[in-house]
Amino acid sequence: MHIVVCIKQVPDSAQIRVHPVTNTIMRQGVPAIVNPYDLFALEEALRLKDRLGGRVTMLCMGPPQAEDALRKCISFGATDAILVTDRAFAGADTLATSYALAAAIRKIGQEQSVDLVFTGKQTIDGDTAQVGPGIAKRLGMNLLTYVSGIRDVDLDARRLKVERRAEGGVQLLESTLPSLITMLEGTNEMRFASMDDMLRAARFPVRKWNKEDAGIEDLTKIGLKGSPTIVSKVFGPTPRATKADIEAVNDSSVQDVTLNLLQKIFTAHPMIEDELVQRLSA
Amino acid sequence: MSEAAKPAAPAAPRAAGRAGRNTELSEALKAYKGVWVFVEHDRGHVNPVSWELMGEARKLADKLGVDVAGVLMGGPDEPLDAYAKDAYAFGADRCYFVRDPVLHGYRNEPFTKGLTDLVNKHQPEIMLLGATTMGRDLAGSVATTLGTGLTADCTELNIDGRALAATRPTFGGSLLCTIMTLAYRPQMATIRPRVMQMPRRDDSRLGEAVEMSLGMIETDVVTKLLEFIPDANRNTVNLAYADVIVTGGKGLKLPDNFKLIWDLARVLGAEVGGTRPVVQAGWIEADRQVGQTGKTVRPKLYIAAGVSGAIQHRVGMESSDVIVAINTDPNAPIFEFAHYGIVGNAMQVLPVLTETFRSHLNKRIRKAA
Amino acid sequence: MAEKFDAIVVGAGPSGNAAAYTLAKAGLKVLQIERGEYPGSKNVQGAILYAQALEQIIPNFRDDAPLERHIIEQRIWMLDDNSFVGTHYRSDDYNKPPYNRYTIIRAQFDKWFSSKVREAGALLICETTAEYLLMDGDRVTGVHCDRMGGDVFADVVILADGVNSTLARKAGFHGELSSKNVALAVKEILFMPEETIQARFNIAEDEGVVIELMGTVTEGMVGTGFLYTNKDSLTIGVGCMLGDFKSNPNKTTPYALLEKLKRHPSVAPLIEGGEMKEYCAHLIPEGGFNAVPRIFGDGWMIVGDSGGFVNAAHREGSNLAMTTGRLAAETVIAAKSAGMPLNAKTLKAYKDALDDSFVMKDLKKYRHLPDVLESSPQFFTTYPELVNRAAKTLFTVDGIDKMTKQREVTGSFKSARRLSGLVSDAFKLWRATR
Repeated sequence: MHIVVCIKQVPDSAQIRVHPVTNTIMRQGVPAIVNPYDLFALEEALRLKDRLGGRVTMLCMGPPQAEDALRKCISFGATDAILVTDRAFAGADTLATSYALAAAIRKIGQEQSVDLVFTGKQTIDGDTAQVGPGIAKRLGMNLLTYVSGIRDVDLDARRLKVERRAEGGVQLLESTLPSLITMLEGTNEMRFASMDDMLRAARFPVRKWNKEDAGIEDLTKIGLKGSPTIVSKVFGPTPRATKADIEAVNDSSVQDVTLNLLQKIFTAHPMIEDELVQRLSA
Repeated sequence: MSEAAKPAAPAAPRAAGRAGRNTELSEALKAYKGVWVFVEHDRGHVNPVSWELMGEARKLADKLGVDVAGVLMGGPDEPLDAYAKDAYAFGADRCYFVRDPVLHGYRNEPFTKGLTDLVNKHQPEIMLLGATTMGRDLAGSVATTLGTGLTADCTELNIDGRALAATRPTFGGSLLCTIMTLAYRPQMATIRPRVMQMPRRDDSRLGEAVEMSLGMIETDVVTKLLEFIPDANRNTVNLAYADVIVTGGKGLKLPDNFKLIWDLARVLGAEVGGTRPVVQAGWIEADRQVGQTGKTVRPKLYIAAGVSGAIQHRVGMESSDVIVAINTDPNAPIFEFAHYGIVGNAMQVLPVLTETFRSHLNKRIRKAA
Repeated sequence: MAEKFDAIVVGAGPSGNAAAYTLAKAGLKVLQIERGEYPGSKNVQGAILYAQALEQIIPNFRDDAPLERHIIEQRIWMLDDNSFVGTHYRSDDYNKPPYNRYTIIRAQFDKWFSSKVREAGALLICETTAEYLLMDGDRVTGVHCDRMGGDVFADVVILADGVNSTLARKAGFHGELSSKNVALAVKEILFMPEETIQARFNIAEDEGVVIELMGTVTEGMVGTGFLYTNKDSLTIGVGCMLGDFKSNPNKTTPYALLEKLKRHPSVAPLIEGGEMKEYCAHLIPEGGFNAVPRIFGDGWMIVGDSGGFVNAAHREGSNLAMTTGRLAAETVIAAKSAGMPLNAKTLKAYKDALDDSFVMKDLKKYRHLPDVLESSPQFFTTYPELVNRAAKTLFTVDGIDKMTKQREVTGSFKSARRLSGLVSDAFKLWRATR
């Protein structure tokens, strides 16, 4: 069995701040991490490998430093890692990204045919959840999103059964290989790498592919050129025109300030007072 | 592994604009008109997000001077005509129907085929879907098949010239960005539930029905739905539709202090919410997270204590009618968009506020009695 | 299964990187183990890079190391509550390359240094904690890490695991860190436009200023503050002996002390408008010469903060860290090429090299300083006040004749400290710094 797991290296967005004057993003010193959602996909792929044998190939499209992210995945037990890196990919939106990744997966499939592709549900920096579906479409793979568990994979019959999170419940779906699975978060717990795994990962020769190596033929489909969406502007949130009505408290004034607040709200919004009265008397 | 079937439509776009990027709309694509909303339904109910989007679609269409259409796809036994009546009442001029047993219950393949065929035939300039599990599953597949631009989780939609300007958070939610799809059609966008307002119904409105066949049979569809296991009945948190919400943030310092939020919520009959940091710290369930990666809410009254007001949280609640913030820091970002504020220690203020509400409301109740 | 290396370096801070780089460059098989997520994640420093120390390791570091500003001006301020008396030294010579000192941002610098270490051929693993040393009698044979199969072996283990080092303590090589030998420092990095910094500090692009602050800002505790200019941010911090924080009757916390410093009327205008983008604290070993433990044995050596190699008087630490790391590595390389076993007898050459270098010579010179300062709070309270008052008296033109003013100044010193106190203070200072 051959599984490809796609990951992205992202800035740890919890640590990004915006400068209040210049509105620039302060990304300095913000560490880059493996997109946390992708780790659930990786763990699930590794569990399948443990059960059914085979290989797990990591794939990442990114700048040269994304190599560290791939190395981390190797330490968890992935078999191989390929970094697709090329200046030409810069500025890619989700359509251009799925094009490049699909091409790379096709290339990987030439070495050994790919049975399953795993991705995380979404990234913490883009949040779109679009690349997985895009790759599936381009490769003609069945798309299984929001998968919360894999019930069964039958390699001989080329069939699999998965649980999928839908509104109000879980769908049990059956499909065929090859399929692309976007994995839901919180569905498994990442394993720990052993000392040997860490040493192996530290030594691992991560393969680097440029656009030619990745088998990309149509250059108009990658990077900025291949991106139908254009960011026309980036901005901070506009402060509201009318400032908030704010009162500070000290130890003695808390009671008065809260009373004042209620008066102000209920005078301006009598409907809210009615609403609250109804709720309390119910 | 085969390459996806290419759509019949657009002529090769002329290269122009920034960095050799194509920013010119071809003549063929200029002919695309109309704003569509994919009406999401499942087991007898329409997801209300579809109606929120219908209202938004009406606004956009009015600016452009074009029609609004709903897309209804499902099995022949499903009440799609009844849903269409709702669609017209909420602003649609037309509904496109694709009815087929294969479409009974959502699956990616037949829905992607049906929707892309509809788009290729009837050529809308804008298509909106709810950012739900179904919507996101479908939108990505359709956009890739059509080779067009898709913007996810938009918080605002506008018309710029004749094009859609879709605004969404970026850089982990620290900033907003406006995204446009200049040279491709349709311009697709997904929007989360509760971001847009529910429009008013006008049951006098009528619309036109247009049918299309799917052209797929069950054996064509590889993925089968074997079973649906509904969630066990439990008091599910209904944050998204709550009218009064009290939210606590990391400024409360200790998990025990969250009790003060629950106390106030009880007196107000409110739902309780939390910011992402307190959810991650385990002070409250993930279902109660309000914000960019949590729920979007639009209550009449939103009280936030110990919440800094970072944009990741802001985009989840800034449409609330009345926002009250309690924070020790007078420079906290939340005061920039709250309506009322108390600068003080939440641990001190909350109990007094709870008591003040309780006694005031009780007085009103006794008066009415 | 357990692998054997020529050397294991525990820690990827400046001393660990210096050692690992030097060893790897010489062709030795090196494993470096870092407990943080990435090199530098557990490190905090002012931060000033001393070029000389790094040049000895990576001569052409200036080609691609991330450097903020090269320092052309040093200011030392003695503050009381609302004024300061300062000494500045600025020289155009500092603008002639190669530059002598730079401000750096550790997060970026450590990333760069670590990439060099890996390029040189050392293996680095992160998020892995060396829990204890593996011993064969008195001889260290390797380390045990907190992962499955966590034993790795080596001919020598170099402990570069910082001020909080537990490995040496667990192995019994030295005792617990005493609170009178360690300082707790806190700092913030405040973001502001380059042009603003340059205008406020009277510097041009790439030029930098270092301000050392002492006085009543530390409320009588033994400690200092600092303010450094980075490219588009300022670093401001303050640190005092941990024992002093504990015994401070006001119970002022380090962060409260920093807030006070930031509000000082001479400091506040310099940092006005800065947006905080990093906020951290760290311990600094400041016991000096007398607190340096045993630093070598059979199959082990200690470098950097773990060995207490910090010259608190001059606020130098990272250069001592890098130098000790390099000297330890050179000792190992020499021993290996001579075919000698890496036992205490051979590794003693490391201590000898240190004694011969500025590292131990400087620490020895200031060995009395910690005790002297500890027993003389007047240096941090009375003298700053006296000096500032004297300056005010002498510089204020108010119709009083200069002789009277002079007498007032000398009188204030005598009444505050008495003649005997003044003499004894002078003697103490001389003794502590000779």
